[in-house]
Amino acid sequence: MLNYDLVVVGGGPAGMAAAIKARECGIDSILILERAEALGGILEQCIHTGFGLQYFGEQLSGPEYADRFIELVNEKKIEYKLDTMVLDVTEDKTVYAVNKKDGLLEIKAKAVILAMGCRERPRGALNIAGTRASGIMTAGTAQKYVNIDGYMPGKKVVILGSGDIGLIMARRMTLEGAKVECVCELMPYSSGLTRNIVQCLNDFDIPLYLSTTVIDIQGKDRVTGVTIAGVDENRCPIPGTERTIECDTLLLSVGLIPENELTKNAGIGLDRVTNGAIVDEYRETDHEGIFACGNVLHVHDLVDFVTQESQIAGEGAARYILGKKGSPEYITTKGVGAVRYIVPQKVNIKNEGDVNLFFRVGSTFKNATVKVTYNGETLITRKRPRLAPGEMENVTIKNEMLKGFAGGGVIEITVEA
Amino acid sequence: MNFDVAVIGAGVSGAFIARELSRYKLRIALLEKCNDLAMGTSKANSGIVHSGFDAIPGTLKAKLNVIGTAMMPEVTKQLNAPFKPIGSLLVAYSDEELATLEVLRERGEKNGVPGLEIYDKEKLREVEPALNEEAKAALWAPTAGIVCPYELTIAAAENAVSNGVEFIRNFKVEAIDFDGGEFTVRSADKAVKAKYVVNAAGVFCDEIAAMIGDNSIHTIARKGEYMLCDKSVGSLVNHVIFQCPNPMGKGVLVTQTVDGNLLIGPSAIDIEDKENTDTTSSTLTSILETAKKSVPSLTTREVITSFAGLRAHLESDDFLIEKSKVNDKFINVAGIESPGLSSAPAVGQYVADMIVSDCGAEENSDFNPEREAPVRFRHLSNDERKALVEKNPAYGRIICRCETITEGEILDAIRAPAGARDVDGVKRRTRAGMGRCQGGFCGSKVVELLAKELGVELNEITKFGGDSKIIYERTK
Repeated sequence: MLNYDLVVVGGGPAGMAAAIKARECGIDSILILERAEALGGILEQCIHTGFGLQYFGEQLSGPEYADRFIELVNEKKIEYKLDTMVLDVTEDKTVYAVNKKDGLLEIKAKAVILAMGCRERPRGALNIAGTRASGIMTAGTAQKYVNIDGYMPGKKVVILGSGDIGLIMARRMTLEGAKVECVCELMPYSSGLTRNIVQCLNDFDIPLYLSTTVIDIQGKDRVTGVTIAGVDENRCPIPGTERTIECDTLLLSVGLIPENELTKNAGIGLDRVTNGAIVDEYRETDHEGIFACGNVLHVHDLVDFVTQESQIAGEGAARYILGKKGSPEYITTKGVGAVRYIVPQKVNIKNEGDVNLFFRVGSTFKNATVKVTYNGETLITRKRPRLAPGEMENVTIKNEMLKGFAGGGVIEITVEA
Repeated sequence: MNFDVAVIGAGVSGAFIARELSRYKLRIALLEKCNDLAMGTSKANSGIVHSGFDAIPGTLKAKLNVIGTAMMPEVTKQLNAPFKPIGSLLVAYSDEELATLEVLRERGEKNGVPGLEIYDKEKLREVEPALNEEAKAALWAPTAGIVCPYELTIAAAENAVSNGVEFIRNFKVEAIDFDGGEFTVRSADKAVKAKYVVNAAGVFCDEIAAMIGDNSIHTIARKGEYMLCDKSVGSLVNHVIFQCPNPMGKGVLVTQTVDGNLLIGPSAIDIEDKENTDTTSSTLTSILETAKKSVPSLTTREVITSFAGLRAHLESDDFLIEKSKVNDKFINVAGIESPGLSSAPAVGQYVADMIVSDCGAEENSDFNPEREAPVRFRHLSNDERKALVEKNPAYGRIICRCETITEGEILDAIRAPAGARDVDGVKRRTRAGMGRCQGGFCGSKVVELLAKELGVELNEITKFGGDSKIIYERTK
């Protein structure tokens, strides 16, 4: 049995930022457990730029962004184990993990930070009809083949879903000599960042078909084509709009799902909308001393935001280990109408600082008003020229506002067109 | 290559026939047109061990079903293949269907099915709370159960190979000649000679028989589509839930699988193309609607994949297992649709007896009926895991996160007798890639392990043989 003050599950951007912050807050005994052969998580295969604009104020590639944190992990002598899979996190914060070198590990922690990231939704979740030929894969899997292994997973490509990874892969496959026929998006808007639509599709003349989906896949051994069709407002295919596109590959970029198997097994409460844990402003779950941050908590658009959120969790874990948590008094947060969710879901009114509420809308808005109320009374109104499901928003609740609240109250966020 | 018996088709029937024949001093070839075992009907069916009340008394289906199901507990134990005797409930929703229950109970008793009982509404609610409240009664069959159809096939074939059977993959039979004493079975690039040929080619039985001039068989491919749901809803039902049968088959069932998922299906549509295993959105929708009659709370939310398989149906609606009228050394094993999986151990014995009584082969005293249990890291206790990794560190590296499958298990699957040669083969043997992410993370790692173990380039690895390449040439 090993003992650590803090065990961080996952050595991607979230886990590293959380561990570094906890170290800066005075925690000496920290162990990061990473399932891959290197720290950095999914950033290692994201060789395009666009990372770090918010956090570092400069354009970095994924590996460069990760490197800055890997250097800090090493500099601060934070311990980590690679190629190590966490099998179980128990309620009493015992972490079971396994790797080739140490075998089965049993680690007792004072606090645990869950930073396992997310995974892509597979084909089955969409129930697309057709054959089960080779050549159907998620955009992230294709990205690994191209950027890490150095192999082309296809030559003539249709991409379903305009999530950021799909958009990035449209450009990447094109640059590597593949023909990307089109990107189909079920919704009437793209869920990807605007800059990615411009730089990855428009610049390469790749058509984006909105309100369109793939309804059939052909090919016995390898994919030979897909049938696409327009959809109505209920997302049902419109008869007569079908057309078949010849291709050997169908890439799916149809959403990300936080990887919360460990969280569920530990009995931690999950938010039905985010598919991540329900947390307070320090990202502490409903199990004392177990925190969650990054894409395992809710899917972020930018790694910069993951870093910031994970620093909050790192600080929270440090406060908890050092006995500074105190006895909290909570109010809850609630997204109303088009506001699909808010993280954190609860806020301790005894908190000494400001609290940022992150939220996401379910449809696009122009010149919208974001309204924050406390027990029905308007606290804040903010104008936003544009709101989109693909871009996370946030509002700050000032500490002096918190001071005026009482335990059990409710903060709501609404959006008005 | 000279053999005593060439078995054509490495599905569950072919695998059990080969295994039963390997109890005797015979040289046996198991020929398969695909890159792996269990690539046809045996990989895409309900995985049900039927009690045996469906078939008409006196038919071969009735006889072999009851014998096969009775053999299943012992055979699956020997082969270390999972079998869960969870029992089945055939549910009636109308007075007419109540009458059907009585007919089937009577039929089952004539067939020798033990323990049949009619459960009333109250009893039903008690044993199966998720069932539709409008269910009036059900026929309870305690000997029914579930297996994993491809795992059972692989286990039987592995055991056969361990007992001397030669498994020859990618052997698509194109011609069969008979010189008066021996058959020559040819593929495009290979040939084997054999004194007996067993035609266990599933939906292709008619085409194989026609190669010796036997045109008596006409196989109808009857497609069945399924939906597979996440393990989070696997225990929604406790037993195999049938609706009353219809002229096309046993109707849509809802069951848990041996791996803890929930399975819904199949449809039943006769099709022309014997390789058409496409799923269609209209059929999948109708399966779900039909299944909701059994379990109203079903939704598409938890569906992780869908698939289709083909039943080898004959007009006679019975198994046809007999010596060909054209050549009595050529044995047709045709029309093996449901309850073919349940019957497989009995089919194996039945065919082996036909050959052995004809040629008088001696028993093979070295025959070992046991197949060593594969390592299943996910099922082990932490102490067992610890000991295992100490012994072999490859079991300490998790490749498939969703199903907790280790590198060691994947290497075992490749190295096994008649081992995996492609990504789907690894998947069927280990479950790597069968979880929620459906191979999104582990797929490329499995490709790497296969390439390394087989000593080939990454881009030579396929999903399931043939042209099912996963990646093409190197990037620039």
